[in-house]
Amino acid sequence: MDRIIEFFTNYGGEMLFKTWEHLYISLIAALLGIIVAVPLGVALTRFPKSAGFVMGILGIIQTFPSFAILAFFIPILGVGKVPAIIALFFYSVLPILRNTYTGVNGVKRSLLEAGRGMGMTGWERIRYVEVPLAIPIIMAGIRLSTVYLIGWATLAAYIGAGGLGDYIFSGLNLYQAEFIVAGAVPVTILALLVDLLLGRIEEKVTPKGIRKMKEAV
Amino acid sequence: MLKFDHVSKMYKGGKKAVNNLSLEFKKGEFIVFIGPSGCGKTTTMKMINRLIEPSEGSIYINGENILEKDPVQLRREIGYVIQQIGLFPHMTIQENISLVPKLLKWPEEKRRTRARELLELVDMTPEYLERFPHELSGGQQQRIGVLRALAADQSLILMDEPFGALDPITRDSLQEEFKKLQQKLGKTIVFVTHDMDEALKLADQIVILRDGQLVQVGTPDEILRNPANDFVEEFIGKERLVQARPNIQTVGQVMNPNPVTVTEDKTLSEAIQIMKHHRVDALLVIDEKQVLKGYIDVEIIDQTRKKATHVGDVLVRELLTVDKDTLVRDTIRKILKKGMKYVPVIDQKQRLVGIVTRASLVDIVYDSIWGEEESIQ
Repeated sequence: MDRIIEFFTNYGGEMLFKTWEHLYISLIAALLGIIVAVPLGVALTRFPKSAGFVMGILGIIQTFPSFAILAFFIPILGVGKVPAIIALFFYSVLPILRNTYTGVNGVKRSLLEAGRGMGMTGWERIRYVEVPLAIPIIMAGIRLSTVYLIGWATLAAYIGAGGLGDYIFSGLNLYQAEFIVAGAVPVTILALLVDLLLGRIEEKVTPKGIRKMKEAV
Repeated sequence: MLKFDHVSKMYKGGKKAVNNLSLEFKKGEFIVFIGPSGCGKTTTMKMINRLIEPSEGSIYINGENILEKDPVQLRREIGYVIQQIGLFPHMTIQENISLVPKLLKWPEEKRRTRARELLELVDMTPEYLERFPHELSGGQQQRIGVLRALAADQSLILMDEPFGALDPITRDSLQEEFKKLQQKLGKTIVFVTHDMDEALKLADQIVILRDGQLVQVGTPDEILRNPANDFVEEFIGKERLVQARPNIQTVGQVMNPNPVTVTEDKTLSEAIQIMKHHRVDALLVIDEKQVLKGYIDVEIIDQTRKKATHVGDVLVRELLTVDKDTLVRDTIRKILKKGMKYVPVIDQKQRLVGIVTRASLVDIVYDSIWGEEESIQ
């Protein structure tokens, strides 16, 4: 007990800072992922033939060990936060992309035909029909990839990005269990909180009509 | 209003879905395209709003070649109703109805009023405006589907088997409701179906297609009366043709064209001779121009034989006649109700052209019950 109190008095402020650092590395990476993957996913539904190819490539990237990716960026971008964010961004793309593609592709053909027949332009169909209907699935992808990113961001410490990973690596190097705990527990709590928050957001952005429909089913 | 000018649609590989179709329709007509699946009826309809582009020929709406218009603009001017209803589940009924007005950038207030107004047309209360499609029954949903096509006051509406997915009872009431609505609003409708009953019930003009070719165009009556060929006959169904026959045949088609007649200047004994020869008990009296004057029968001759000598002196001038162009069904009622043995048939100039007797009625009934079997033998 004394050791915990001692640890907090020594490192409390630093820990808050590291948690913040950790959060923003993951969130920026996730945000970039959303900005790229959602439009790309919608675009891929327009070219179903290239969709398989693009997803395949991304799938392969996904299988690269995360350490390898992080190390791979060192010669190009050096060390620090930027290469870490970029590496994490690559990881966030695939789940969001795949869910966006699946969600938009899953919109009933009859609805699209109705939209087209009523004189919607391609953009209006995306804006008013496809994206709103695919939102629950897109959001599921975003949630999944953000939670993963928070986990993976611990590794970013290895290339000097900071974050809670610093504690874990120090703990491992110095054989000090409290450092490992001080890194792992906040990461877990962070992941849970973000998941909860995104769940709330998902509910908010899901159109009322579909939400009610789900309750009815 | 709507004109097809040598329109063809070819798909890759040279298959012709629609072949050299030329048609013209007037404003306010209810046009039904019908045919077996794969006959090109849906393709033809979708060429009107350019969901499918014609390969050859042109289509005109109010004299304007639609191929020269912007397709998006064109589609906003044409209502569109599909079989799967296609209401957007994430939008309220109000949003669904006023989608095209929204695309056309009508102000919010005007859209709301319009949606309310339309809902009244189908006897639904404004409280539905805030509901979602899944909270409505299938019939109600398709009512909204139809309203959505009317929202921007489109004068032409395309409907692709709109009632096909509904249960028979709902379908029936919706058909009736819709036909009334169409007549009230004076919309031109292009309606695709494979259900002949639906076509006969709703159409002003039926267009029968087969393998992309036009087989026959006409009003339901015309098609029932004169099917163009065996295919049409089979497609309509023998049952319907037989059912339709007594209703659409005119008196002229079923009458006996050789009634027994006598002229006014003949003597009564001559009249008796004629009756005896033809084995009838009454004679129709005509003049030299075949104009019907009246009748005499054996009872009258018997009662007046001592006083009179000529047919002209004793004939009864009051008698019920029918025009040769009236429908049989109306005549049957007349004959059966008044208990008459026969009705003379005349043309517009009052000339006698035939006679309908109870025996002719027996023939009609016989035909409709056993006529088909006879023709098979």
